[in-house]
Amino acid sequence: MPEERKYTTVSIPVQLYEKIKKRIEGTGFTSVSDYVTYVLREVLASLEEEEKEEVFSEEEEEKVKERLRALGYLD
Amino acid sequence: MVSKPHGGRLIRRIAAEKTRERILSEAEEFPKVQIREGVAIDLENIAHGVYSPLTGFLRSDEFQSVLDTMRLPSDLPWSIPIVLDISEKDKTFEEGDAILLYYKNTPIARMHVDEIYTYDKKEFAQKVFKTIDSAHPGVAKVYAMGEYLVGGEIELLNELPNPYERYTLRPVETRVLFKERGWETIVAFQTRNVPHLGHEYLQKSALAFVDGLFVNPVIGKKKKGDYKDDVILKAYETLFKHYYPRDAAVMAIVRYEMRYAGPREAIHHAIMRKNFGCTHFIVGRDHAGVGNYYGPYEAQEIFQAFPDLGITPMFFKEFFYCKRCKAIVNERICPHPMEDREYFSGTKIRKMIMEGKVPPEYFMRKEVYETIKGFENPFVED
Repeated sequence: MPEERKYTTVSIPVQLYEKIKKRIEGTGFTSVSDYVTYVLREVLASLEEEEKEEVFSEEEEEKVKERLRALGYLD
Repeated sequence: MVSKPHGGRLIRRIAAEKTRERILSEAEEFPKVQIREGVAIDLENIAHGVYSPLTGFLRSDEFQSVLDTMRLPSDLPWSIPIVLDISEKDKTFEEGDAILLYYKNTPIARMHVDEIYTYDKKEFAQKVFKTIDSAHPGVAKVYAMGEYLVGGEIELLNELPNPYERYTLRPVETRVLFKERGWETIVAFQTRNVPHLGHEYLQKSALAFVDGLFVNPVIGKKKKGDYKDDVILKAYETLFKHYYPRDAAVMAIVRYEMRYAGPREAIHHAIMRKNFGCTHFIVGRDHAGVGNYYGPYEAQEIFQAFPDLGITPMFFKEFFYCKRCKAIVNERICPHPMEDREYFSGTKIRKMIMEGKVPPEYFMRKEVYETIKGFENPFVED
């Protein structure tokens, strides 16, 4: 199967582009696109982390606790 | 707060009791596919959310995306293809069918077949293992796979036989456990070995920075000369009893078949532990490596490409005993030359145990050694 990667274009101000270009000199980033992708992934992941944690139903949680007690993981 | 599951939601693909009964009563009506142990274990891990967000075996677009980018089409990091392979003779069904997957003649799961597709084994090997050498155990397994892959969602009908049920915790359970213990930061340590002092220092160094330690031995297929699973578990129980704070460390197993894919597999191992609720994951030297296929710290370097993994890797240099420091240290904190260093060699320790020699106290805790020696034969035979 041929290797396929999907990309699209996003516009950023030229001044910002130049600033990033300068910033990534001598780092592991080979292009402004790579750097922007990295930063956006990091930002989005941290925003998602802040969203509310999944909560189990009380009944389900109690059932789990019973097993954990039976196995000695909880007192 | 414990880690959120990968993809935001803990997947559970276990058939409800009534559905299960109905499916099993109609079992003869479904095409039947026998699966091998490694695939059955993957299936169980999908069903219990260890592989969240996967809800089944990869479809072709997901498979190709994982090979090419180490990400699912949704951009979520995913480095190891989780696939169901079949041979020509097993291709007795079509896309759109529901089939039953059997392990050792027991129906394990129902699968909705979205897609049946071909793949290039050499491409699979090269991209995942960085080699097409059939001497690599992971590559050899790929070459032995069937010609087709089947993608689609699964529902677990029966649990696999599990001799270690007492030590088995699912992500839904570890998440409750961590919460009940009041742990907000948890570091996971994966192991396939009995603990020596190097492991202990690694774990305790990490534990110094977080609330809890989750030791997670991988139970699965072993090769001749490896420690038996029972031995590993008992050795850890002994170590915990004598040397670990009871309120800050737990051990539970995960069943998983190692791929030996080095850096790619390190990412996969981290994702699995994120799903268990861990916030940190220890990555040591040559994690999930085999032979000389990967650089000693390649499995650490790969994490730089995943700022969005959602679990923090903790990197450590290899620990050793320094005769001049008279302590267990690593090259970051010890200034002394090589000749003062005694490296922890699993092979060396195994040889000592086989010959009935007691390892030095700076290699292995006396109590752990005695536990191992309590087994008539602690090693896997043919």
